[in-house]
Formats: sequence, structure tokens, C-alpha cells
Amino acid sequence: MTTECLTNKKVLTKGNYAIAQAAILAGCQCYFGYPITPQSEIGEFMSGKMQELKRGYVSAESELAAINMTIGAVSTGVKAMTSSSSCAVALMQEGLSYATADELPVVLISVMRGGPGLGNIYPSQGDYFQATKGGGNGDYHLIVLAPSTVQECVDLTYKAFYLAQKYRNPAVLLADGLLGQMMEPVEFYDYPYPEIDTSSWALTGAKGREARIIRSYAPLADNQCVFLEKLYQKYKVIEENEVEWEEINTDDADIILVSFGSTSRNAKTAMKQLREKGIKAGLFRPVTLYPFPNKRLHELAQKTKKFVTVEVNMGQMVNDVRLAVNGACPVELVNKGVGAPPSAAEIVSKIEELL
Amino acid sequence: MSYIVINKEKCKACYLCLEECPKKLLKVSKETNSLGNHVVEFNDPHHECLGCAMCATRCPDLAITEVYKG
Amino acid sequence: MATQVFKLPESLKGDVKYSFCPGCDHGIAVRLVAEVIDELGIRENTILSASIGCSVTTYDFINVDALEAPHGRAMAEATGIKRARPDKIVFTYQGDGDFASIGLAESMHAALRGEKLTAICINNTTYGMTGGQLGPTTLLGQVTTTSPTGRNVDYYGYPIKIAEHIALCDGTAFSARVSLDTVANIRKAKQAIKKAFEVQIKGLGFGFVEILSTCPTNWKMSPQKAHERVRNEMMAVFKPGIYKDQT
Repeated sequence: MTTECLTNKKVLTKGNYAIAQAAILAGCQCYFGYPITPQSEIGEFMSGKMQELKRGYVSAESELAAINMTIGAVSTGVKAMTSSSSCAVALMQEGLSYATADELPVVLISVMRGGPGLGNIYPSQGDYFQATKGGGNGDYHLIVLAPSTVQECVDLTYKAFYLAQKYRNPAVLLADGLLGQMMEPVEFYDYPYPEIDTSSWALTGAKGREARIIRSYAPLADNQCVFLEKLYQKYKVIEENEVEWEEINTDDADIILVSFGSTSRNAKTAMKQLREKGIKAGLFRPVTLYPFPNKRLHELAQKTKKFVTVEVNMGQMVNDVRLAVNGACPVELVNKGVGAPPSAAEIVSKIEELL
Repeated sequence: MSYIVINKEKCKACYLCLEECPKKLLKVSKETNSLGNHVVEFNDPHHECLGCAMCATRCPDLAITEVYKG
Repeated sequence: MATQVFKLPESLKGDVKYSFCPGCDHGIAVRLVAEVIDELGIRENTILSASIGCSVTTYDFINVDALEAPHGRAMAEATGIKRARPDKIVFTYQGDGDFASIGLAESMHAALRGEKLTAICINNTTYGMTGGQLGPTTLLGQVTTTSPTGRNVDYYGYPIKIAEHIALCDGTAFSARVSLDTVANIRKAKQAIKKAFEVQIKGLGFGFVEILSTCPTNWKMSPQKAHERVRNEMMAVFKPGIYKDQT
């Protein structure tokens, strides 16, 4: 484990270490976690570095405790995070629902592995639903960012802290076992976002002001409907301002591959190979899974002939693409249940079958 | 002269204070508060109150809000 | 000239009206915590990690910053607050169900880690807010809505002795069980609560007080009879005392 590479230079590092270092550079004051493959390096890195920096670190007794410790820490106005994977992120769903109701800027690093249940420890995108639809109770959204490279693990970790604080809503970095374990050259840099002033709501002791209560039980007394409307006004603003995606060769595309995270890298190669074969293919990569780029997909649906989502799950994001496209053209699925993403050649041959 | 102050609106008529008073100066009133409770009243014609605050210490509802010892 | 010997604690949100049932000892416990906060002069530097159950309303009465935790998670959220702001005084106010059933792992581990926190736990041998079901501290033989013929060992096992368990944790600096059944015991309870805060302030470790309390509504007893039950039945099993004191 290296801790010396907290400098603004290019280093070769693992996705999990990159995330941990980015969190520290983003000003994360507390880390709480419980080990689970394939993201344990995050907690390992944090255990040493946070103590060295005299910041908060707890080896939590469970993921339930870890998410709630994170809620406690961010309620005081500091940046804090936890990290976990799939079946253990399942244990955090209660806390995530509460954190949305409390309007607290929790940051969760979710490094997906196989499921359901214990599944296996191979890469997966089987928690697209878990992250974007939520497993907690009630009406809420988490901001979900999906990196596709180790560099993006850094960029989007910064962004997760920023958006969480900006909107006072939990943000999830949805990586997978492949990104967590792979090594790539990465450039670290100073936290690029403005610091958000939390002093108007943070719990710091009621000195010279009214005492504050951060609560999810009827925050607006008997008017839960008003509270939900207010919450959803916020989501509307997020949907208007924070959608991010990457688009390659979509202008003249007859077929657009839609893929996120590490899987999108093979989809991109497949798109290029299809072009070489004379098939006008394009690539659409959502970077924010919530807010989802519905509007842009809907626009593209008016001029392309077909969408194909490429996912490592049994077909999850394909549902959101279908909703966005709203019947304007067919949306097909090329998938693999779990493991390393399908190769470019496999994707190409499956798409040729579909044409 | 020692005495207590009762906020009758807060009395929930549990009557735990009645048995605490060493001089038995508290009793159930005929009067009711807005909750419909027959509240506790302090009746000390012979100035026997010790100002011991046992009643206030016992009251679970902070209905005995002040105690003075004199 | 008479001198005032009793007043409402300044750390309460004014002349508050509790939402507890008539005769419920929660009101005493909340007042004692507020009195201790007054005496230690810590109100403006204190944060409450509130729990679920009848205890949740504490934040309506004590005038400190508060974060409402999910059921059982008050100690975890308190841990997060304290690690983020080690200069703050952080305490929880929980029922026995919150602290010792759904939140037992969080409670024990906070004590084992020696978190500089204070936990106040109300033991009334039942789940009060949901209507009097069997909880972790329900006594053998006790009839509740989910032990209609009384708690028997075959179906329900044994009640937990919380203060003893917490005292066994090496990170605990103070653990006591107190009762509110008499005025003398109420005064002792306040001293214990004060110590549980003092060990946090001095950085000695985890401070814990289990408070034997009544639930006249769900026990279906008058407040007077409820205190007799505390004396005759609860204190026979849950013995009051100081189980650990490192001050």
C-alpha cells in the first residue's frame, strides 16, 4: 500500500486506492467501513492514512453501523464516506433512505460484485437497480455516478463529494470489481470544486442560535406531502443541471450502443469494430445513472434505428433506456450475467445477430 | 414561608406527588384543566410546607414548576 | 425571603409539555438529563443522537442540537458525530429495545471501542410506543401483547441485564443501573447520569446509565402500582448499582 502518492503527479494505481486517495484529497474527514471483497483496499488504505492525518476512521461492526456513522459525521457539516459492495450495500439501504429524508450529504462508494445473495466476487453491474431505484423505503433518489476508468474513479469521487454537499443528498460512486482491482495511470489533482458552506444546517452545538433537529420523522410536522414535494423539487433541479454522459459517433448512427462503467470500454471497442465493418454504430455512455440522460436518449431515438444496451447483469439499465426512448425505436440487450464484461468481439457478433 | 407553583395545564393526574408530600398538602382538586384532568392543588393554610421539593422531584410532567423554601 | 429550591432546567425548551403518558418515568429521566446538562454547563456544546420509541421525543424537550437515528442506530450515529467533532459532548437517550435489542451490536461495540459518548437507556421491560410487546428486558412471567401467557424460557429466552454487560466492555468507564421509584433513588439516578457525562468530558471512555422506569399504560397499572412493580419485581432481577466506575 502506498500513501506517498498523494501528490499531483501521474501514478500507476488500483481503482480502490485511487478512490481512497481522491476522497482524502477531497477533504473527507471521516471514513467508516466494514471489509468486503472487492473493495477492501479502500478501508485498508483509509485506516493508515486517516490516522496519519488525524482524521476520523472506524472499523465499523457492520455495514449498518458504517452507514449510520457516516450519517452522524456528515450531520456535523464535514465530508465523510463509507464504502462497500453489493450484498453489504444491501445492509445500508435503510441508512440511505434515512439520509435522503434527513437531507444529509453521505458519500457511498459501491464496488459491485456478483449477486443475488453472496453471488460471487467477480465484477458485475447487477446493482444498477439497487443504486438507481434504491432498496430503502419511500420516495427518494440517490445521485449515482458511474466511472469507466481508474482516472474517472478519481474525478467522480471528487464530484460525488461536491454534489452530495451541493444538494444535501447522498451520492453513490457506482464502480465494480474490475475497476476496483485494475491498475491504470492516474493523475491526482486538488479538489476542483468550491467548498460548500454547511453552517446554516450542520449540528455543531446550539451556541448563540436555536437548537437544530435533523429528523426523518415528519420533518415538516403533519405535512409529509409538502416535504415530499420539496424533496422532488430538488430532484427536478438535479435532473435539469447534473446529467452527464459521453457520446461518440452518434450523429449518423443507425445503431447506438448504450453502456456504463467498465463495460462501456468494450462496448466502445465494439462500436469501432462495427464501424470498420461498415455498420454505422455509435456509443452512448451515461456517466450519471441518476439523473439519467433521458432527454438526450429521447432525442437520439428520433434519428437512430436501434439502441442496444451492453450490461453485465440480466438487463437492468435497458429498462431505463426503453422508458427514455418511449417506443420510438427498438431497444435490445446484449448482456452477460456476471464477470468480466463481454469482449468486443462477443458484443459485435451478438449485435450482428440482432441486425 | 415555603410554597410550590403548579402549572395546572401540565398536570396529567397521575397523583404520584400526593404520597410524596410529608405534610400531605397536595390533594385532588374538583377543578379540571383543558385535558379534563382533575388536577392536583396545593393547600397549605397553616404554612406547613417544608420546601423539600419532593413533590416536584417526583412529578413526571414538570407540572410543579417552582418550589420556594423560606 | 423564600429561596427557590426547584426550577425547570434551563436546558429544556421552556415550560415544555411532555407527550408521555400520565405517570411515565420518562419525564423524570429527561428532566434529570437536562439538569445535568445545566450543572455541567455544556448545553451549547452538546449534540443528542436521538432514538426510536417513546424516547424519540427527547429532542422536542431538551434544547440541544439533535440527529434522529434509525431504530437501534443511535450509538452508530453518535460515534460518527463524535469522530467528526471530538470537541462536542455527544449523548444518546434510548429505550431498552433500541439500545439492547435492535441496536445491541452498535451499543456493545461503541462501549468496546471506548467511544467518548454517554448513553442513557430507559428500561421499562416492554416496547412502549408500539403498544406493549415483549422486549429484550421483559421479565420471565411478564404478560405482554406478544407473550400473552407470560414470558417463558422455551419460547422467549431470558431478559438481558444491560448495565452488567456494558460494564464488562473494556472501553466502558462508567456503567450503572438506577431506579426512579423513590425520590431518594431519583437523586441517585441524577448523580449517575452526571458521572456518565463526566467520563466523556474527561475522555475516560464510554459512560452508561440504565434507568429502571415505568410504563403504567402498557403494564395496565396505576403509576403508584407501577413503582411497586419496579421495587418488587424489576429490582429483584435488575439490581441497581454501580457496575463500573473508573472516575
